[in-house]
This record gives sequence, structure tokens and C-alpha cells, in this order.
Amino acid sequence: MKKNITILITGVVLSFCFIILYKGLNNPNTYVPKTSIKKDIPIFNAVDFFSRKTVSSDEIFKDNTYYIVNIWASWCVPCRVEHPLLMQLNENHSVKLIGLNYRDSFNNAKKFIDEFGNPYSRILIDKDGTLGVEFGAFGVPETFLIDRNKKIIKKFIGPIDQEAVNKIKLMIK
Amino acid sequence: MKIFRIFIILLLITNFSELKSDEKSDILKNKILKNIRCLICQGQSVYDSESEFASSIKLIVDKKINEGAKEDSIYSFLIEKYGDWIVYEPQLNKNTYILWLLPLLLFLLGGAIIVKKIQKKNE
Repeated sequence: MKKNITILITGVVLSFCFIILYKGLNNPNTYVPKTSIKKDIPIFNAVDFFSRKTVSSDEIFKDNTYYIVNIWASWCVPCRVEHPLLMQLNENHSVKLIGLNYRDSFNNAKKFIDEFGNPYSRILIDKDGTLGVEFGAFGVPETFLIDRNKKIIKKFIGPIDQEAVNKIKLMIK
Repeated sequence: MKIFRIFIILLLITNFSELKSDEKSDILKNKILKNIRCLICQGQSVYDSESEFASSIKLIVDKKINEGAKEDSIYSFLIEKYGDWIVYEPQLNKNTYILWLLPLLLFLLGGAIIVKKIQKKNE
């Protein structure tokens, strides 16, 4: 009887370890923060790209509409890839695009906008990357969808694709 | 001359105390940075990493310490942004109960088994 219990306990423990390790094999070995979130937008002050005036987050997100915050830089190659899709999103009137120019030089960023077009209703300067951290970003490009209640409801890490655009369009309908 | 001496002593004392507070905040800053993981160079702490993300986090931690933020509130801020994974030493919450309590339970279980075996042997 005692022997059977020992075998049973050993079997259960080994199966438990096997399941944990097997599940671990299928998990990606890099950590990515959650993309489906419901968080308030951060409160901050930032410098406007064109006017060089300091603006507050209250002023930036004052309208009763959806917002998309896109973190971009002229030196970032994936940002060039996603740019036409941002231009496409800008045609949608129920959303406003805010650009966060990440660790960039003004001249290079301006050239980028002149060459590829400006989908943003406002561009903010994030010279040292700390504004990106306030949003919970850790690289570039990253895109955040903000609802009418000023909550970040979705985060896209890396360049957005057509599928992401369709998802955004569905969410802002 | 006496007044001049007193002035010099006071100057030295105030300078040293300032140095001490700077040192203290540097120690705290390094402690926090060593406990935060870099999301770009995963496996490295922010303290060791040279990535852009790490340099932004260093600036944020520095700013928060200068504003008088406590160590725990800095961790809470970063956990709120990036999740529990960002810290090497996760805080005790409903997601980490097992992580913190399992070693203690195993230790107690092991102890109980040993005590029982000794009792049996003595009998």
C-alpha cells in the first residue's frame, strides 16, 4: 500500500514537472509586455515639434475622439515601412494621430516628414526617450490606441501592418 | 581670524554632508538599476546595459530619486508600465505568492520529515 502511494506521488510530481517544462518549451524566451491593456494615459508636459512650445497632456488629448500615439524616428527603418499605413489611418476622421519623435535630430525628422508625408495632427519631441517610458514603450516603433475615456486600450509593438490597421479601424468604429 | 576659521570649518562640514547625500542617492540609484531588467538586452540589468531603453530608464530613476521618490514607488511605477518581469526581485502580490511562499513551505515540509524520521529512530 505504502509503495503504491510512493509510486503515485512520484508519478504526479514527475508529470507536473513534465507539463511545466513542456509548456516552457513552447513559450518564447523573450519577454514582451502585455499588448491588451486598459490604462490611463500618462500625465506629462512635452515640447511641440514645430512650435517648440511646451504642451501638457491635457491639451494634447482634449478632444472627445480616439487617439493614436505613434513613436517614430527618422533613423528607424521599420518606421518607414509602417508610414504609409499611418497616412491611411489619418484619412479616418474618428481618430487623431500624435507622433512622438524618439531620440532624433530635428532636421532628420523634418526631412522624413517632408519626404513621406505628415500623418500626425501633432508631433512631440522625446529627446531622451523618457516620454516613451511614460507610455510604457521600450523601443521604436510602437503604437498606442487611446479611447474616448483617455485610456490606452491597445498597444502595438513594432511596425503596424494592414492587419493592425484593420483591427484599429474596427475598434474605433 | 577666528571667524575665518569657523567659516572654513562650516564650509567643509556643509560640503561633506552634501557629498554624503549625493553618495547615498548614488548607492540607491545603483541598487535600483541593478534590480531592473533591460527589455532590449534581456538577461542584463539596466545598470549593465548600454541600450537606449536602459539609458532612458536611468534618467527616469535619477529624476525620481531627485524628486524624493521612495525605492518601492519607483519599482511600482516601472511595474505598472512593463509588468512584474521588469524587476529581478518581484514584489509580493497575488501573482507571486507561490514564488515567495513555496520555498518556505518546502523548507517546513523538509524539516517536518526530518523531525518525524528522528522521532521514529528514537522510538
